[in-house]
Amino acid sequence: MRAPSSELPIVFDGVTVTAGPVTILDRIALTLASGAPTVLIGPNGSGKSTLLRVAMGLLAPSRGRITWGGLENVPPLRRAIVFQRPAMLRRSAAANVRFALRAAGIPRAEHARRTGELLELVGLGHLADRAARRLSGGEQQRLALARAIARDPAALFLDEPTASLDPTATKAVEDIIRAVSERNIKVVMATHDLGEARRLAGDIVMLHRGRIVETAAAASFFEMPQTAEARTFLAGELLV
Amino acid sequence: MPNDATALQLVLSGDPALFAIVRLSLYVSLSAVVLAALIGIPLGALVALTKFPGRQGVIVLLNALMGLPPVVVGLAVYLALSRSGPLGAFGLLFTPGAMIIAQTVLVTPIIAALTRQTIEDLWIEYRDELTAMNLGPLGRVTALIWDARFSLVTALLAGFGRAAAEVGAIIIVGGNIEGFTRTMTTAIALETSKGDLPLAVGLGLVLIAIVIAVNALAWTARRAGERLAG
Amino acid sequence: MKMFTRRLLIAVTASLVFAGHAVAQDKSIVMASTTSTQDSGLFGHILPMFKARTGIDVKVVAQGTGQALDTARRGDADVVFVHAKPAEEKFVAEGFGVKRYPVMYNDFILIGPKSDPAGIKGSKDIVAALGTIKARGADFISRGDKSGTHQAELNLWKVAGIDIAKDKGPWYKEIGQGMGAALNTASASNAYVLADRGTWLSFKNRGDLLISVEGDKRLFNQYGVMLVNPEKHPSVKKDLGQQLIDWLVSAEGQKAIAEYKINGEQLFYPNASDSGA
Repeated sequence: MRAPSSELPIVFDGVTVTAGPVTILDRIALTLASGAPTVLIGPNGSGKSTLLRVAMGLLAPSRGRITWGGLENVPPLRRAIVFQRPAMLRRSAAANVRFALRAAGIPRAEHARRTGELLELVGLGHLADRAARRLSGGEQQRLALARAIARDPAALFLDEPTASLDPTATKAVEDIIRAVSERNIKVVMATHDLGEARRLAGDIVMLHRGRIVETAAAASFFEMPQTAEARTFLAGELLV
Repeated sequence: MPNDATALQLVLSGDPALFAIVRLSLYVSLSAVVLAALIGIPLGALVALTKFPGRQGVIVLLNALMGLPPVVVGLAVYLALSRSGPLGAFGLLFTPGAMIIAQTVLVTPIIAALTRQTIEDLWIEYRDELTAMNLGPLGRVTALIWDARFSLVTALLAGFGRAAAEVGAIIIVGGNIEGFTRTMTTAIALETSKGDLPLAVGLGLVLIAIVIAVNALAWTARRAGERLAG
Repeated sequence: MKMFTRRLLIAVTASLVFAGHAVAQDKSIVMASTTSTQDSGLFGHILPMFKARTGIDVKVVAQGTGQALDTARRGDADVVFVHAKPAEEKFVAEGFGVKRYPVMYNDFILIGPKSDPAGIKGSKDIVAALGTIKARGADFISRGDKSGTHQAELNLWKVAGIDIAKDKGPWYKEIGQGMGAALNTASASNAYVLADRGTWLSFKNRGDLLISVEGDKRLFNQYGVMLVNPEKHPSVKKDLGQQLIDWLVSAEGQKAIAEYKINGEQLFYPNASDSGA
């Protein structure tokens, strides 16, 4: 085991991200601490993906600051992300995982064993030698999860991990997310599937037009949304 | 080669002079492709992945150099390797070595330009993943080159096609010396000038067959590799 | 993978260098010569005899006379064997060649289409024939490449009293290529062309072409051989090169030249003993 994480909590302090004249994230103040998964919800374009990229450290805030365990500019050694459409390396499934292990600096002697474990964890053990780009969409998502977990992260960011998957594949991915969360990995996940948010979330962060409109424990959010936007969104109406 | 034979007869009878010519053609062109790959692939990757002033100009130049006229390259290499030229002391003019150098100059821009395009496209696809994996520059380059390997095979084949087909450069720097620097293409030029058009056409068909064979071999290897690694 | 790449790199570099140097080790020389001698097949006949006698490999780079002399002038050949006497004498006078040895001659012939638009077939007067071609504007292909044949052609126009640079019309086409290419062009366009007999005899793509004019003394084509001056270019292999020259003008070499025939017809007439040639 490696040293306990210094990645958490992740604190957003007035984080604003702009692209030219457009404000994508607007003065975000948010603390992501260890515990049950935090789920970001909100309509398309509300800034969920951008928030995840800032949390991962892939995107620097235009204004404000973000800290990991109280520090700025921490390299993403113990953070990992699964993008909405993960890029598959043009190699076998096992080689994709091995690549992630190597990139994370895991000693070569452990690669074979860890690769086997990770592929089993995501249910791809029987497809180890299959070319990654020939896997189905659901299998690719699971392989991307295995690659991310290979980094032994303290925080794992997932961007719409089940978008465009059928129910069976969605269930497989959600089961993995639960298992990961039980390993004491902080999961932060964006989704626009309210059912998925109900099934997985410990906390809900609702975004709209780049702003946080509501932050709450999952149970209270779904029982008693505090804002008009949240009520509209939960009612399944268009939030414009 | 006997004077009145057709190319088919030469092939069927296993004419040693013809096979020596084929061997030299393959040796020169394949050596040039290997050298050009060792220069062109890293160069293309460097241009694809770094930002520097004048980068657009370099890309345009690389693409333009794909169309370098062989005869100009031949002349430049000739002047450089001539006894009166700066590299004359090596005594390379009118040797297979000179032909390899000339073809390397011709092929390197092709491989570099195609590599640049391939790596740049792949980088757009991989950028987020590789950055999220906190990979250093060297790790990125090797991962991209390795994952582009199937497309790069096509770049190498384009380079080989160019080298195997050209006559303008090697006839100048090689001198078309019988049994020493005579290749398929220079032999075809010679037979044409002797007015033996049937033999020239026959040799041309042999050359085309060889180029097709090399491409088929590479394609088979590529397909097999893609099935395993996609 | 890395190991493999490195080995490959070493192997390729080594082969590049050896490709140059292996040759320097064994006994070989480079001779710059003309396409006409190469294409006629003469070298394929006599050089194996020379090699059997001396063990020296002669690598022939066949170019036009002008280019062959230039190759020698740059030091890229050891021996130069061409056919343009004034240019050869100039080459020696400038110190690039040691000494010019006359070796042999063949003759030029005027080739033309069977239909003979200028009406000169069978003539033995090349000067009159050229005058007729010009007067009738019959198509004529010129090498235009400063080769020995081209220089001979220009000289014949001059003798005919025609300033071709000024008097040429659309009928006169300079192609800037070798003898074979000129014959191919003439064959394809039914034009007249001046050729050396050796190339003509071994040329296969004749189409409707025939010999129109031959036998005029002014059509004789003298070949000379020279060693490139080692004082200008120390890389010249003067001993091996001189051995080739000595053999070419020896009784044995001269006999070998006389014996070379295509379809029973002798192509080259040795005349090394004629010091004025």
